[in-house]
Amino acid sequence: MIAEKTITWFAACSVTDVPANGGVCVKYNDTQIALFHFTRRDEWYATQNECPHRMQMALSRGMIGTQNDEPKVACPFHKKTFSLVTGECLSGDECAIKTYEVKVEEGIVYIGIED
Amino acid sequence: MKVVVIGNGMVGYKFCEKLVKKNTAGNISIVVFGEEVRPAYDRVHLSEYFAGKSADDLSLAPKEWYSENGIVLHLSDPVVSIDREAKTVFSHAGVTESYDYLVLATGSAAFVPPIPGVEKEGVFIYRTIEDLELMTDWAKKSKKGAVIGGGLLGLEAAKAMLDLGVTDTQVIEFAPRLMPRQIDDAGSRLLQSKLEDLGLTIHTSKNTTAINGNDAITSMSFSDDSSFDVDMLVISAGIKPRDELAKNAALEVGPRGGITVNDHLQTSDPFIFAIGECALHKGMIYGLVAPGYEMADVVVTKLTGGEKSFTGFDMSTKLKLIGVDVASFGDPFVSGDGIKSIVFDDSVKGVYKRINVSADGKELLGGILVGDAEQYNMLLQTCKNKVVLPPNTEDVILGARGGEGDGGAGVTSLPDDAVICSCEAVTKGDICGAVQMGYETVDGIKKCTKAGTGCGGCVPMVKDLMVHTMKAAGKVVRNVLCEHFDYSRQELFDLIKLNDLRTYDEVLTKLGKGDGCELCKPPVSSILASLWNEVILKKGNDTAQDSNDRFLANIQKGGTYSVVPRIPGGEITPEKLIVIGQVAKKYNLYTKITGGQRIDLFGAHLSDLPNIWEELIEAGFESGHAYGKSLRTVKSCVGSTWCRFGLHDSVSFAIKVEERYRGLRAPHKLKGGVSGCIRECAEAQSKDFGIIATEKGWNLYVCGNGGSKPQHALLLASDIDEETCLKYLDRFLMFYVKTADPLTRTATWLNKMEGGIDYLRSVVVHDALGMNAEWEAAMESHVNSYECEWKAAIETPELRKRFNHFVNAPEEKDPTVVFDPMREQKRAKEWK
Ligand code: SRM
Ligand SMILES: Cc1cc2nc3c(=O)[nH]c(=O)nc-3n(C[C@H](O)[C@H](O)[C@H](O)COP(=O)(O)OP(=O)(O)OC[C@H]3O[C@@H](n4cnc5c(N)ncnc54)[C@H](O)[C@@H]3O)c2cc1C
Ligand code: SF4
Ligand code: FES
Repeated sequence: MIAEKTITWFAACSVTDVPANGGVCVKYNDTQIALFHFTRRDEWYATQNECPHRMQMALSRGMIGTQNDEPKVACPFHKKTFSLVTGECLSGDECAIKTYEVKVEEGIVYIGIED
Repeated sequence: MKVVVIGNGMVGYKFCEKLVKKNTAGNISIVVFGEEVRPAYDRVHLSEYFAGKSADDLSLAPKEWYSENGIVLHLSDPVVSIDREAKTVFSHAGVTESYDYLVLATGSAAFVPPIPGVEKEGVFIYRTIEDLELMTDWAKKSKKGAVIGGGLLGLEAAKAMLDLGVTDTQVIEFAPRLMPRQIDDAGSRLLQSKLEDLGLTIHTSKNTTAINGNDAITSMSFSDDSSFDVDMLVISAGIKPRDELAKNAALEVGPRGGITVNDHLQTSDPFIFAIGECALHKGMIYGLVAPGYEMADVVVTKLTGGEKSFTGFDMSTKLKLIGVDVASFGDPFVSGDGIKSIVFDDSVKGVYKRINVSADGKELLGGILVGDAEQYNMLLQTCKNKVVLPPNTEDVILGARGGEGDGGAGVTSLPDDAVICSCEAVTKGDICGAVQMGYETVDGIKKCTKAGTGCGGCVPMVKDLMVHTMKAAGKVVRNVLCEHFDYSRQELFDLIKLNDLRTYDEVLTKLGKGDGCELCKPPVSSILASLWNEVILKKGNDTAQDSNDRFLANIQKGGTYSVVPRIPGGEITPEKLIVIGQVAKKYNLYTKITGGQRIDLFGAHLSDLPNIWEELIEAGFESGHAYGKSLRTVKSCVGSTWCRFGLHDSVSFAIKVEERYRGLRAPHKLKGGVSGCIRECAEAQSKDFGIIATEKGWNLYVCGNGGSKPQHALLLASDIDEETCLKYLDRFLMFYVKTADPLTRTATWLNKMEGGIDYLRSVVVHDALGMNAEWEAAMESHVNSYECEWKAAIETPELRKRFNHFVNAPEEKDPTVVFDPMREQKRAKEWK
């Protein structure tokens, strides 16, 4: 049997609220989500806002970029980098971060929360 | 086949790692018993715990690693006996496991000499994370420390005491010199004076007879009838192999401890092996990790059907003490028929080097390096691989003088089977092979070969080999920023200027490829700021800034920020002091006087930053750029306006200089100082530029540095007037801004500059490059276009909006920010 996953789409903010090639932090109930607009690639990504290295709420303030074409974010604290696609830590650590789906409709950015 | 491992230390872990890798048939099951509470960690770098590394950082592999690889791991559960007949072990918690093969990797314990009083509180050993935790607590109430033992570990423990804030620490060595097993008299003497400079007191030929005190230690007495007060003692007098389990199981052990093993590391029972610091091979206990790893490899090879034996290992070592380089390799002391020693002893620079050379002058037998161990790796390789020495043997320690080449003993001369990384036993051939396969970065080579992942000491050589292999393949090895730019910072600087590019995105599109990253964004942003003097957050450049520049404040533990208003020259009016106090109170900020003569306000929520700055700017403050790679402070002493020795008004000049260069973006931060006379109360000679008053004018010094590798500034020009001084400074700073690599302070920049200070002087004073007019004009334009970037930020709604924590709840602060109270103020909550 294939497990059905249901996604709740949550309206986070409008497209213009997010800086080009950068991130913002979105509040969803008690959860903090980092939302990134990778303008250069015309892509949107969302991950947990907490950096698992020292449990700091900071990823939304990190610089984004690519490594061998893999989109990534660097934590402002110690520059550990994480894939925006898989959440995997790219700087050789064991920790990974959670990622969320994102869609844009009529200028509004929605983040997909899996139930 | 079932293998039981007793001991989950460094070698026990390495054994598991290697066995998992070689157990391709999947028919070996592994059970591990460890006495400590946590899985194996990096004991070699234990001292880094004091420098902020956590137990997790030191961990060699998390618990999950063991389960993922099918290893059963019993922690906090020492094995208490072995039944060799039944091939079974029994643990303290009552677990019974049978084995086909048993591996003892029980390591060693600190050797504690039987001095009366060793059991007192405040007496520690230095071996495990728990020891460190106990020491850290005790150190808080200690002032006078002592360490018994002046060997490798003792000196590391002594440095740890200093790091713990026990600055009055004495080292007590029984032998007549420090590190008696590794270095000779002359080397020890120099080491001793260097350690004394660090603040340690050293006693040699001193024998402790008693540790005194009621419950806790209060003093120590010695055989020469002397005594002194001590409230914390670390004993580091050697190691004692943990052979008790083996002894009880009637395995053969050495007269002075250690489990006797043969070349296959088998004990007297062929089904039981011993590896690491508990094993006694040919009368030798190896107190180092690399031989232990080699032992693990021998046993793994054997268990997986291969053939390999342990033939001894070299005991070369390098002391990890920060600030003092000490190393010994091969046989540091040999003497005998025709063996020659070449000694270089420079007491002015504090460098001692000795190499021992065979009678025919061709072979390097061993040596000692104190004060400068940069050549350690190279010499070690030359020694181990019996590379033939060049005719002018002294070149290998002095460098080739006046000629080409690297003294004949460079990486090229090493054979392919030379072991470069002894922790992981990676050879030159492996590394060059990886480079040829396309791993053309140090990180890539690390991942592919594991070289450099242990103690890290071989990384410089790995890099040399990489560069060399690439060059040999006809590849141009360039000092490029990252995968997105094929240019060095200096080349980019010129290209950006030539192409008149104004934003990061334009630069990337025009000169780079891909989408950028955290390695190229900050230097490109810095170049843009240096060239065009525009507010750094505008034109969409904000997200290309390093986080601190993006929010114009330094991010702190817990995610709050610090606020540092500029206080030029350290001069401030009572009115402004009051405003700082009021703002700090209103926003509940921790305040502290900084080492740069100004006041830092810590613990500001992101969303409070614009409001705080609005109030400060209103009162006449401006950004202090404490977050930027730019001018920080120009420190002043009070000078001739009050000081009875002052020759000129150093405060006025410092303010003038600070206001001239404020906001100047550079490859790294910049600091200056102005002193009113040669007493030098502003410490100007430790700054990137320092100005000191003379009878006739000012002396200008450049390229000093504090930080981790302090270096005094060098005299650039003497007895010049203010105007000339500023002119030279304009040129010097612009030369640096244009040509230095990212994150290179002026001191390092000068160290790498061919021709050194004389060349720098020829450029700045005598215009050797013909650039001075251009640089002066560039600086003039910087001075004229300066505006406070915080002012710009609070006055631009689009920028101000970026300081909210939540995009969809701008009025709310980050609820995860927590503080702890401390001394009537607050501190950031300790992170995990
Ligand atoms: C606040 C202060 C310590 C204090 O409480 O006194 C401080 C705090 C920090 N220093 Fe420092 N340094 C402070 C004076 C110094 C000094 C002393 C001085 O300037 O006279 C030095 C040695 C002098 C020198 O730079 O040559 C100093 C050498 C460093 C270094 C090592 C630089 C080097 O070349 O080795 C770093 C690391 C770096 O910049 O990469 C550093 C980095 C830092 C950082 C930025 C670390 C960080 O990234 O978070 C700290 C930021 C705290 C904050 O958010 O404000 N700090 N730091 C001092 C601020 C002075 C000011 O008013 O701006
Ligand atoms: C402060 C410090 C600095 C050092 N610096 C260096 C350096 O710069 N270079 C270098 O090469 N080496 C250095 N060393 C030495 C290096 O750490 C050791 O050589 C290495 O850890 C030896 O590994 P091991 O596995 O044999 O022993 P250990 O790492 O000591 O591991 C043995 C483990 O076995 C456990 N054990 C013992 N008995 C039992 C039992 N009956 N049942 C279950 N478990 C048991 C112990 O609790 C321990 O966890 C340093 C050591 C220290 C303490
Ligand atoms: S303020 Fe400077 S010296 Fe102190 S902990 Fe931070 S970086 Fe280190
Ligand atoms: S907290 Fe993110 S890298 Fe350390």
